[in-house]
Amino acid sequence: MAAASLALPSGTRPWSLSVRAFRCWLTVYRRIWRSSIWSSVLGPVCYMGALGFGLGTLVDRHSTASLGGVSYLAFVAPAILASGAMNTAMGEASYPVFGSIKWNRIYIGAQASPLRPADIFRGHLLFMVMRLAMNCAFVVLVMWAFGAVRSAWVVLAYPAAVLTGLAFAAPVAAWAVTVKVETSFTYVFRFGLMPLMLFSGTFFPLSQLPAGLRALAYVTPLWHGVALCRAFSLGTAASDPVGMLGHVAYLAALAAAGIWAGARTYRRRLYV
Amino acid sequence: MSQPPASLDQVLERPETEVLVRARGLTKKFGGFTAVDGIDFDLYRGEAFGFLGPNGAGKSSTMRMIGCVSPPTSGELSILGRDPVRDGSAIRARLGVVPQEDTLDVELTVRENLLVYGRYFGLPRRVIRERTAALLEFVQLADRAGDKVDPLSGGLKRRLTIARSLINEPEILILDEPTTGLDPQARHVVWDRLFRLKQRGVTLILTTHYMDEAEQLCDRLVVMDHGRFAAAGSPRDLIARYCSPEVLELRFDPALHDTAADKLKDFSAERIEVLADRILLYVPDGDAALTAVRASGLEPLTSLVRRGTLEDVFLRLTGRRLED
Repeated sequence: MAAASLALPSGTRPWSLSVRAFRCWLTVYRRIWRSSIWSSVLGPVCYMGALGFGLGTLVDRHSTASLGGVSYLAFVAPAILASGAMNTAMGEASYPVFGSIKWNRIYIGAQASPLRPADIFRGHLLFMVMRLAMNCAFVVLVMWAFGAVRSAWVVLAYPAAVLTGLAFAAPVAAWAVTVKVETSFTYVFRFGLMPLMLFSGTFFPLSQLPAGLRALAYVTPLWHGVALCRAFSLGTAASDPVGMLGHVAYLAALAAAGIWAGARTYRRRLYV
Repeated sequence: MSQPPASLDQVLERPETEVLVRARGLTKKFGGFTAVDGIDFDLYRGEAFGFLGPNGAGKSSTMRMIGCVSPPTSGELSILGRDPVRDGSAIRARLGVVPQEDTLDVELTVRENLLVYGRYFGLPRRVIRERTAALLEFVQLADRAGDKVDPLSGGLKRRLTIARSLINEPEILILDEPTTGLDPQARHVVWDRLFRLKQRGVTLILTTHYMDEAEQLCDRLVVMDHGRFAAAGSPRDLIARYCSPEVLELRFDPALHDTAADKLKDFSAERIEVLADRILLYVPDGDAALTAVRASGLEPLTSLVRRGTLEDVFLRLTGRRLED
């Protein structure tokens, strides 16, 4: 690996190659950004309307002690932020990565240029981070507009959500590039994403689950993302700084593992 | 510079120019399958070099190794004097690649495709803009610059791919089956543009399974089969060496095909090739041979006298037809 990085065209910095790949995605995105913005805004509005107001009215009539004494809307909104980041990450890191080899073949075209597989990966990942940053910003705004924010600490819920997304995007992209048939994604969405979405303390506190399931939920990345976003949004983070650091470390480790693995899986897939 | 392989040098005067690509014992394996089996060659600056062979002969694998996107399993390979595994990125900055299947972004416009590609090479916008104008002019697509790629015909897409591959002003242009799937008119346009590039000093490396393409474009070529070189030389050399001046093609009533083939074997042809539907007689004089065939009492349904081609060379060397 060390040898490979010596071999750039003269005057080229390693990171500039990733930026070149990123700019390609920007050019492509310029064509479709309008439609993508609509789904980014409508999704969280629907969720927060249905869950926060619809279900929330029902929940709030009973005791909300197990929610930490806040309204159901305030409880569920940061979870919608975190799981929304997960969904954006999965959407951007699955079919688009697969399609860049099989359908529009963006990777294959880029491969013939000075870009190395790791540059192609990092450039695409940068674009995914940009999409995460956009979508999470919308959700935070919607949360605020719905009155679901309880603390100014919410400004940290924003990067926490982007990190949650990256913890999914990097490993999923690293895997997606190796996928040979697209039905693999259907399984991941159905048997991976769905349970994560339901059992990560998103819609109800984990204390409602039996102990065995609870232990399982603690190791899922989404739970860490939800816990982090919720603590910032409700302003309870300061009471458990070690726990917060733990969540950040867990998510950062996943992201780092994905970034490490992606450089290798992309290389193996593209340099046959 | 060490001695080029004997197979190439026996028949060719070695051009006194710079070696751009050099391979010794170059091998590519995929699991247990050997796609390229220890080939040796030198490619010189300014020439058009062709790899001719049927599908699966190892042409594309060789192209991918030269394109620095496929590490050799063993053997030596140097491109522009550098190691493709270690210096792939720096080498690719000086190569142009026209892949077998277009990798254009069909959602983007013609111009945007060149912009995206120019950016990969780190070219400033202004340079890309200037080159785009010149390149679209060159491939006769200037009036389509603002159009989306999707509705363009196969021939126009190919020309756009060629324009895109030239955005970095490459020293070597690698073309993997540049005209496969194009209609005859579109092929001639592509050949004409490639010929002009060669005139400008761009080194062309191409694969093809069309003998006419190889004859049109290549100064030198190798006939590849099962990952090895079956022969090497200029198109004319190869035909002279492996084929008679003329070929008589005979087609008989299918019921009589086998008996006719038996009878013709007694003929004094240099060589006879019995295909499923035709019989080929390799002879110095086709018309004289046809007269002799008729005189012997055989009456073919159709007959054709033609010059020997690379197709015949390939058939002779491998026992197979090129486009099978």
